[in-house]
Amino acid sequence: METFQSSLELLLRWDVIAALFLGSIGGVIIGAIPGVGAAVAIAILLPPTFSLDPIVGLTVLLGIYGSSMYGGAIPAILLNTPGTAVNALTTYDGHPIARDGNPRRALSLAYSASLAGGLFSVVCLIFLSQALAVIAPHFGSREIFLAALLGIILVVLAHRGQILAAGMMACFGIFLNTIGLEPVKYTRRYTFDQTWLASGIDLIVIVLGLFALSQAFLLLTQPDEHPNPAPVRGGLFEGFKELWMYKRIAGVSSSFGVLMGMIPGVGEFTAQFMSYTYAQKTSKNPEQFGKGSAEGLVASEAANNAVPAAAMIPLLALGIPGEALTAMMLSVFYVHNVIPGPQLFANQMDFVMALYIALFLLNIIVVVFLLFSTNGILRIIQIPTRFLGIIIATLGFVGVYSLRNSMTDCAIGAVFGVFGLILKRLQLPIVPIILGMVLGGIMEVKLRSSMARVKTPLDFVDRPIAAILFSLIVLVIALHIRSFLSRSKKEQSPH
Amino acid sequence: MPRNNTAKRIFNRDRRPGDLVFAGFFFAFAVFLVSQLGSETKWIKGTKVFAQPTFWPAVSLLGMALFSACHFFGSLLSSKQDGRLVEVRFWARSIEFACWFMVYVWIVPIVGYLPGTILFTNLLAVRVGYREKKVFVAATILSITIVILFKALLSVKIPGGLWYEYLPDSIRNFMLLYL
Repeated sequence: METFQSSLELLLRWDVIAALFLGSIGGVIIGAIPGVGAAVAIAILLPPTFSLDPIVGLTVLLGIYGSSMYGGAIPAILLNTPGTAVNALTTYDGHPIARDGNPRRALSLAYSASLAGGLFSVVCLIFLSQALAVIAPHFGSREIFLAALLGIILVVLAHRGQILAAGMMACFGIFLNTIGLEPVKYTRRYTFDQTWLASGIDLIVIVLGLFALSQAFLLLTQPDEHPNPAPVRGGLFEGFKELWMYKRIAGVSSSFGVLMGMIPGVGEFTAQFMSYTYAQKTSKNPEQFGKGSAEGLVASEAANNAVPAAAMIPLLALGIPGEALTAMMLSVFYVHNVIPGPQLFANQMDFVMALYIALFLLNIIVVVFLLFSTNGILRIIQIPTRFLGIIIATLGFVGVYSLRNSMTDCAIGAVFGVFGLILKRLQLPIVPIILGMVLGGIMEVKLRSSMARVKTPLDFVDRPIAAILFSLIVLVIALHIRSFLSRSKKEQSPH
Repeated sequence: MPRNNTAKRIFNRDRRPGDLVFAGFFFAFAVFLVSQLGSETKWIKGTKVFAQPTFWPAVSLLGMALFSACHFFGSLLSSKQDGRLVEVRFWARSIEFACWFMVYVWIVPIVGYLPGTILFTNLLAVRVGYREKKVFVAATILSITIVILFKALLSVKIPGGLWYEYLPDSIRNFMLLYL
């Protein structure tokens, strides 16, 4: 109770409340504009948040992260174009419902399912935090190394059909993190005698290049588009009543979201597809899926909105980000000398709790905002895409240049902007680069410190959590090989 | 032939135009970096393998070389898509906008953040084909909003323009702090 009170004290400040409103409403608008998305917005806003209080900066970023998917459902339903990548499945059923003359019902169902998923995951988090506070201190260097390794493996394997590309990008990310002065022996690595490479390549510069500048260059190079959705007439409350009919689907999908969100590298896509498949298999009208099924829409929206809160678990408890957005947030923690991990739970539980409450409140703020402002957002969606490119490039400059006022950083950002554009055009994964950079750094430090106390390879896994993590790594790889071989056999057999 | 079929089954994937060009370049880049391992990292005698400065660059680069070799091989075996040259030209066209960005970075410390941003957004609007007056008004309003939000309100570190030095004291201080 004392922790709860002190976390409320942290939140009840005008700057935190302003950050909460700014982040959640800004996130909805950003998510609603196809071609921007939370990753671009968070990348741009990272450097400006460094000068803010950690709770203020993180509340803005969490607001954007947690609310962008609400906004992303709007163009997915009305234009058949997902606002963020994770709203792609929403188009399957949301757009057919809207096309059949009922956009109000589709939007309202999406908002209510998203709210259910969002609130469910925060409640789960609050209950889980006690357990986490007990388990987290048992994570030493070797456990964190193994968890980071498991994270990298899962990120690579999660890219079905693109595992080789994801693997090479993850390795590239690990390599990028090694450039510059090595921190223990102070030798230079891959600097090619260039002084500007001695301090390494900043993660934020690469994030901004790969996410923000690449998107700006892409929009500026592509032909101009003018999205023009028709306004929505009438109130948006009916979906909240209708959701009660699909409470089982909403509950199970939210649980999938929480579960998948907690596992590094898995995230929204897997949660959505599992929920969607479950909803279809248990539905009385499975043939309706993909043609305008309310159950399908509820499943995908509840699952993806349950992920952001759950994705904070590995980040806060172990300091291990599970995907690109939490990797970006990790840098905000480090800048303010707040080190996520077991000690954070032991010493600053009020801070952690304040973040959970902020996540809970933002879901409510967003839905209230959406119920009354959907038509206003539709006007913002109409920004021509090339003009959007100009906006992102201008904002991208603030992000890169304000870090160190360095021309070199901007040049590196621009190079990674073009590189990111090529990856986007080829539909190759970008996220493994960022996770490779972050997790690679963690793995290097933790392996070095844990090997100092290890005499034989078996010593490395002689503690229960280390043994479980190691077994999970072996199991994940074995299951992947088995599924690959069985798929291969199926394709080989003529029938 | 059966061996060839097995390889095809394992490495076959959907590929977009330009995939082979990228896969080839990335593989060559990885091989180049691996070849520099000896000269660009140090091996320190008496230090355990895991603590060697060369250990993580070696792990990452060997992984990169292995995965990119398989990716390149997969690209060679997968069915070809037309439009490779068009795609490579598209990538090259985007370099122009990277140059625009760098010019913006270069002019801001000279002309100042607000004038530089107004110039950048309006000239880029012309470059991408906008001719309507309302777009230029929108670009100017956008520039003013961004500068006020980030420099005046959030106090991000962006230096004042060189020419601000020639302004009268009171205006110069205001411009340096807020615009």
